[in-house]
Amino acid sequence: MIWNKEAECMPFKEREKLQLERLQSIVKKVYDNVPYYRKRFDEIGVKPEDIKSLKDIAKLPFTTKTDLREGYPFGMFAVPLNEIVEIHTSSGTTGKPVVAGYTKKDIEVWSEVMARALTMVGATKDDIIQNGYGYGLFTGGIGVHYGAQKIGATVIPISAGNTKRQLEVMVDFGSTILTCTPSYALHLAEVAEEAGITKKDIKLKAGCFGAEVWTEKMRDAIESKFNLTALNIYGLTELIGPGVAQECPEKSGLHIFEDHFYPEIVSTDTLEPLPEGEKGELVLTSLTRDGMPMIRFRTRDITSLRREICKCGRTLIKMDRVTGRSDDMLKIRGVLIFPSQIERALLEIKGIEPHYQIIVTRPHHLDELEIQVEASKDIFSDEIKHIEAMKKKIESHIEKSIGLRVKVTLVEPKTLPRSEGKAKRVIDKREL
Amino acid sequence: MAKIREIAVFAENKPGKIEKITGVLAREGINILAITIASTNGFGIIKLIVDKTELAYQKLKESGLTVSLNEVLAIAMKDRPGQIHDIALVFSKNGINMENAYVLVEETRKQAYLIVQVKDIERAKKLLEKENLKFYDE
Amino acid sequence: MFWQEEIEVISREELQRIQLYSLQETIRRLYYNVPFYNQKFRDVNLKPDDIKSLEDIQRLPFTTRDDLRENYPYGLLAVPREKIVRLHTSSGTTGKPKAIFFTKKDIDQSAELIARCLIMTGVKSDDILQNMMTYGLFTGALVMHYGAEKVGILVIPAGPGNTERQIALMQDFGSTCLHLTPSYALYLAEVMDSKGIVPQRDLSLRRAYLGAEPYSEETRIKLENMLGIDIYNSYGLSEMNGPGVAFECKYKDGMHIWEDNFLIEVLDPDTDEPVPEGQEGEIVLTTLKREGMPLLRYRTKDIAKIIPDTCRCGRTHKRISRIFGRVDDMFIVRGVNIFPQQIERVLMGIKGVAQNYQIHLEAYDKMTVKVEIEQDFFDGNIEKLLALKSRITEKLKSEILVTPQVELLEPGTLPISEGKAQRVIDNRNL
Repeated sequence: MIWNKEAECMPFKEREKLQLERLQSIVKKVYDNVPYYRKRFDEIGVKPEDIKSLKDIAKLPFTTKTDLREGYPFGMFAVPLNEIVEIHTSSGTTGKPVVAGYTKKDIEVWSEVMARALTMVGATKDDIIQNGYGYGLFTGGIGVHYGAQKIGATVIPISAGNTKRQLEVMVDFGSTILTCTPSYALHLAEVAEEAGITKKDIKLKAGCFGAEVWTEKMRDAIESKFNLTALNIYGLTELIGPGVAQECPEKSGLHIFEDHFYPEIVSTDTLEPLPEGEKGELVLTSLTRDGMPMIRFRTRDITSLRREICKCGRTLIKMDRVTGRSDDMLKIRGVLIFPSQIERALLEIKGIEPHYQIIVTRPHHLDELEIQVEASKDIFSDEIKHIEAMKKKIESHIEKSIGLRVKVTLVEPKTLPRSEGKAKRVIDKREL
Repeated sequence: MAKIREIAVFAENKPGKIEKITGVLAREGINILAITIASTNGFGIIKLIVDKTELAYQKLKESGLTVSLNEVLAIAMKDRPGQIHDIALVFSKNGINMENAYVLVEETRKQAYLIVQVKDIERAKKLLEKENLKFYDE
Repeated sequence: MFWQEEIEVISREELQRIQLYSLQETIRRLYYNVPFYNQKFRDVNLKPDDIKSLEDIQRLPFTTRDDLRENYPYGLLAVPREKIVRLHTSSGTTGKPKAIFFTKKDIDQSAELIARCLIMTGVKSDDILQNMMTYGLFTGALVMHYGAEKVGILVIPAGPGNTERQIALMQDFGSTCLHLTPSYALYLAEVMDSKGIVPQRDLSLRRAYLGAEPYSEETRIKLENMLGIDIYNSYGLSEMNGPGVAFECKYKDGMHIWEDNFLIEVLDPDTDEPVPEGQEGEIVLTTLKREGMPLLRYRTKDIAKIIPDTCRCGRTHKRISRIFGRVDDMFIVRGVNIFPQQIERVLMGIKGVAQNYQIHLEAYDKMTVKVEIEQDFFDGNIEKLLALKSRITEKLKSEILVTPQVELLEPGTLPISEGKAQRVIDNRNL
């Protein structure tokens, strides 16, 4: 099924025309309305009129996460504040979070692209969508919710976590589509198995999984355990949330909704655009965003693009599975964090040595973050109670700063390995 | 007799608990040889080695406390520096984990014992005997 | 200001005419589409046509919590499943939650009611709502979200918790309205105070909507003074859409219940007879506009009274007082309804736990479950006890959706009461 045949199956040439029109108008819009962009354009001497073809996009400056932080809270908005009806922020950051502002029109576009994505996965108005993405400031839950309501499907806004209830609801209401992170899907499958819930008890036919990097191996495992079709969804708060791209049942890449999000692949070294098929960093420009347009946003996600007519009939360009990042950012349970954020939070606590190691594991398919910290000697000469209290204090402080629960292990001074040069702070034991 | 028995008492973290325990023991003329207290957020466990273990256990229980009797290893050592270190070396060499440990010193101050709680007491005992460690004779 | 002036200031006669029409229509749909209600009507020998006046509602059967649970999951649907676009649940006492279904029309209607509420308190297009209720299966956050969206104001879907971030959001985005529970509001005010934040000086707050838990007039006044804002009381329950059933207007003297959507009765919980207007009793509600899952004479178990005179604001919809208490022993923590039996059932299923337990509630909704361990379970191993403690915590969290503090006690420390034990000790003073 295709939600919007006209947009999704549009001939290449026609779409390019549409993209160019939209690009020109968004570039003009940000130049006129967002001081930040006007300044950046002026600095490198580019004017909206210089965009005569899609290729000319390379003349425009990039936008990075840092730019967004510096513009916090309203610096990137292209409309007056009273036209913004919803705000989301990126999860888990110590400094200022990234803000995404949506106008009514943006919410409509978001619902539209999510309706396309869910339809691509197989959702119709008769389906029951169990939405296990987190609701709230995080875009995952509400994004899927809007798309499901647009289709007219039944949405169960169960949000993330509480495995027992997830399974209960899945069985009792006969959920047909599951949306959550792939690692959580796998976890659910395993707990279901342990609880003696069989494939017969579960009516799931498809899953829409994303918000973290995953593999074909994980797909196979989820599909065989749940007997469903597991498809990959891609998106990011800076552009809109989930709904930037979605994999179709052909499983040969994710269709980018390029009438709304214009993709480029650039070299991570030179930042020059790379030819189709080559691996590099994905750069996205929002073509229709009303409240907060993004020009050439550097996603830091590594992938490649392919233009072909898919067997599913869509002409939308395809991107490969994201295989990594061009920075040291970690994605834990769907939340993006830099090791430096953890460091900053740690060092705010008295009695902590600046030596730590972050160990990421995935027992039972759920990401776990352990932070080993060297504590000063005094702490260890103290009562167990105080060590416990210290541990708790660090855990809650880090949770407050990065928004993720972590396990802290206090180790004695000088027990963590010392490296020369750049310390290896992160040991990622997950099989990604 | 390598193994001796330790008495463990459950204690919520509130004042007066130890006083209650020692009161019971004093009344019965029971001598405390060693005592250790471990506490977490919320509750603690008091462990004792006494001269009349069985009697102490009965009396503490009768007084309404939550008590258990557990076997532990009591390893003989001289009361002088470096002794615990030597024993610890033997433990780590044999891959035995000390779950909990404390020291009991005889009145004479000539002989001391390291009281150790381990997961598999029989196995640990065998391994340690091979290393020529001596144990407390109950 | 009014959102739907015509219906909000409608004459009583006209309102009652609409109510009767909607009631008859609801009854017909229930009789023909919901086997459960069909049977209930047959049991008392009643046909839809027998209902000729609003007073005739007293001839209709009640609907209880148990009915909802027994008909779980799809038993009370009045439309084909495909017409349902959203499911909400609330926790239940025997493991199965209560399921509440919304059609597109129901969602739209619940949003309309919230829009009336918000406008009634003076909300204008430049307001910014920080929605601090839990998003997800609970109705609290999403229903408010859709209502605010309908009004067209900016919504920050903050969800609950992480108080420092909440304050940062208020500072950075200039939030003017808050939606939260009274206990969290008290905590928030304390944190602000300890951080030297003076809301009147440092923030742009104008008003807060407090709901999901009963609280006193004293707490309202205290909070209004601490935060320098107007506080409005909100009443709702997930069985009836969630928030937006009744809401205070500018005069803060009782909550207007939207009588075109809900038919209210106040009954003596012992005799099930109506009490005279103005007297306390159990609130019993009938949905008049609900499409997906209409409910007849639903026993809310909430105790309140109707305020007899008309309101100065001009709205003709009756007002109810704040909720004075409950007919049963349910209590509310962080907006979640909890029955002591739920906790008991979890505890009794865990090895090492003795019979006796107690639930302590302290300021800011701090919940402690005190549990006695079994004599024989104790073997001096501290790890084993810590594991027991975390197992109890996990299992309780999974059942009641709130993480309590668990305290392990010696056997025999909790008082054994004769007859019904006092399981809940509430020191919150809300």
